[in-house]
Amino acid sequence: MSHVGLEHFLVVGAILFTLGIVCVLTRRNAVAVLIGIELILNAAGLNLIAFSRYGGQSLEGSVFVLFIIVLAAAEAAVALALILAIQRRLKTVDVDRTDSLKG
Amino acid sequence: MPNLAINLEGFRNIVPELILGGVAVVVFVLAALQRTSTDIKQSPKGAAARGKKRWQDVLFTNISALGLIAAFVFLFYPSRDGSTTLFFGLMVSDPLSTFFRALVIGATFLCVLLSVGSPSVARDRKGEYHGLLLVMAMGMCLLAGSNHLLMIYVAMETVSLCSYLLTGFDGRLDRSREAGLKYVLYGGVASGVMLFGMSLLYGLFGGLSVQELHQAIAASSALDTPVGQWAALLAVLFILCGLGYKIAAVPFHMWCPDVYEGAPTPFTALLSVGPKAAGFAVLIRFFYGIFLAPGDMENLIPAADSIPWVLVIGIISAVTMTVGNFIAIVQNNLKRLLAYSSIAHAGYVLMGVTAGGQEGFQAVSLYLLIYLIMNMGAFAVVSAVDRLHNSEDIRVYQGLGRRAPLLGLLMAIFLFSLTGLPPTAGFIGKLYLFAALIHQGGFWYVALAVVGIFNSVVALYYYARVLNVMYLKKAEEPVVTVSVGNMATVLATLLAIPTIVFGIFWQPLAKAAQWSANLFH
Repeated sequence: MSHVGLEHFLVVGAILFTLGIVCVLTRRNAVAVLIGIELILNAAGLNLIAFSRYGGQSLEGSVFVLFIIVLAAAEAAVALALILAIQRRLKTVDVDRTDSLKG
Repeated sequence: MPNLAINLEGFRNIVPELILGGVAVVVFVLAALQRTSTDIKQSPKGAAARGKKRWQDVLFTNISALGLIAAFVFLFYPSRDGSTTLFFGLMVSDPLSTFFRALVIGATFLCVLLSVGSPSVARDRKGEYHGLLLVMAMGMCLLAGSNHLLMIYVAMETVSLCSYLLTGFDGRLDRSREAGLKYVLYGGVASGVMLFGMSLLYGLFGGLSVQELHQAIAASSALDTPVGQWAALLAVLFILCGLGYKIAAVPFHMWCPDVYEGAPTPFTALLSVGPKAAGFAVLIRFFYGIFLAPGDMENLIPAADSIPWVLVIGIISAVTMTVGNFIAIVQNNLKRLLAYSSIAHAGYVLMGVTAGGQEGFQAVSLYLLIYLIMNMGAFAVVSAVDRLHNSEDIRVYQGLGRRAPLLGLLMAIFLFSLTGLPPTAGFIGKLYLFAALIHQGGFWYVALAVVGIFNSVVALYYYARVLNVMYLKKAEEPVVTVSVGNMATVLATLLAIPTIVFGIFWQPLAKAAQWSANLFH
């Protein structure tokens, strides 16, 4: 355990992914769910970077991560715009209380 | 500079996408100019301003429609019978992608026409609405041609981001925003999980394009150990999660009914067909592109045996159609009912994916083309009724067959076709799907076909329930008779004709689908 290797990155990635999934499943605040999604995306990004660095074949994985960062920002912008619109009308961002659609 | 030449060659193949993107930019700029000019005037002269807005509605509709027609023409203008990869394997141009690009452009075109005069989209928002539709069409075209995990992710996010915004577009309703929020949260999780799967696949096999993965999996020793097999299976399941979400397969279907109900009706029509078709194209390309033996459309490489993905897709198919059909029985909102019906149809089409081979792909293409016609038609009728009553509740359909004989008749045709009764096109589509499965021959294939037939019977029940309400129930309150001179009714009539005609003369459709059943691998 003297130096940091591929496994360490993969373990951190798996932990981040699990935390993200747990966050998405348990939190009822829409902003918190969004944070969970960001955790999942960053777990995938960390994996890609680690494989790209230690697998040694190509830079494709690192390039992929740049795209993930940009698209995650775009997705956050869209999600926050919708959350704001709902907050103004319903005065809540609780996903359990925005439940007019059922069945 | 040979590489540069190859790249320029690639641009010739994505002319439709370039046109769609360019027209979208023009529409966004025009919309911004129009917003600023109306903001300055603040229109005290009400009638004149309203006349101008209606004129702008016509302008945006025409620009988008012309852009889509141009994209469609340039899709076939340089003949595309060959198969090539573009941009160093990021994309591919082959009959499968051309067919599905044509299909999604057609679906967007119908959606643009259906949006004319729709009350769900405010007049001063028309520009943005059409711009987003065009970007979404571009994304779906790119998705149909993606050949690389990065390209699949980027194209899928392009489609998704536009869908989230368009779902929340109905400014009159809280339910529209709520649907948008649910969609973006579910969608974000699904694409995140898919990305995690992609990262695992990249780590296992060291490649991102379908061809690299194909070669790496055929040669790799990673699949010889149980750990490697489990990791590969996990990666494939995670990726299936993202793709299954796009096509609304169980258990990734939860967003579907809420989003369909909340979104503006013309956009719901597109959502039920376009992204689903593009999702199926990418599903076929990803799985069969990786696992088909080279130069062979029927047999898989030996390494495919260690990952039971055909079994997984078969199980998802059976569960999807059963869940979709049974929950549809208790729905009282027509849009929700059609949402569950669209889930069930995703299950039917997955039967074709499970069968595989040239025949299976042909059945998938054919069914999605027919589904485009009949489902768009059903949503056109829902949209026409929505304009009269401002509701999609099944109660407003009471006595529709007598109040508006044309709308009632059209709805009946589309519902018969969705059920799959002859002599409608829906029957032909189902026939090809079942035939593809039964020709595969194995016990489980036939069992899946039996589940499919059983489900068609269940589907008959809830479609017939709508017919019962339309024709055999009297309206609770006297309602004004229906005028039928709007775009939605015209469109429904135009779509009813092919629904019947292709039920009798389906050879041209079957030929086109057979041509499309040819993927680069």
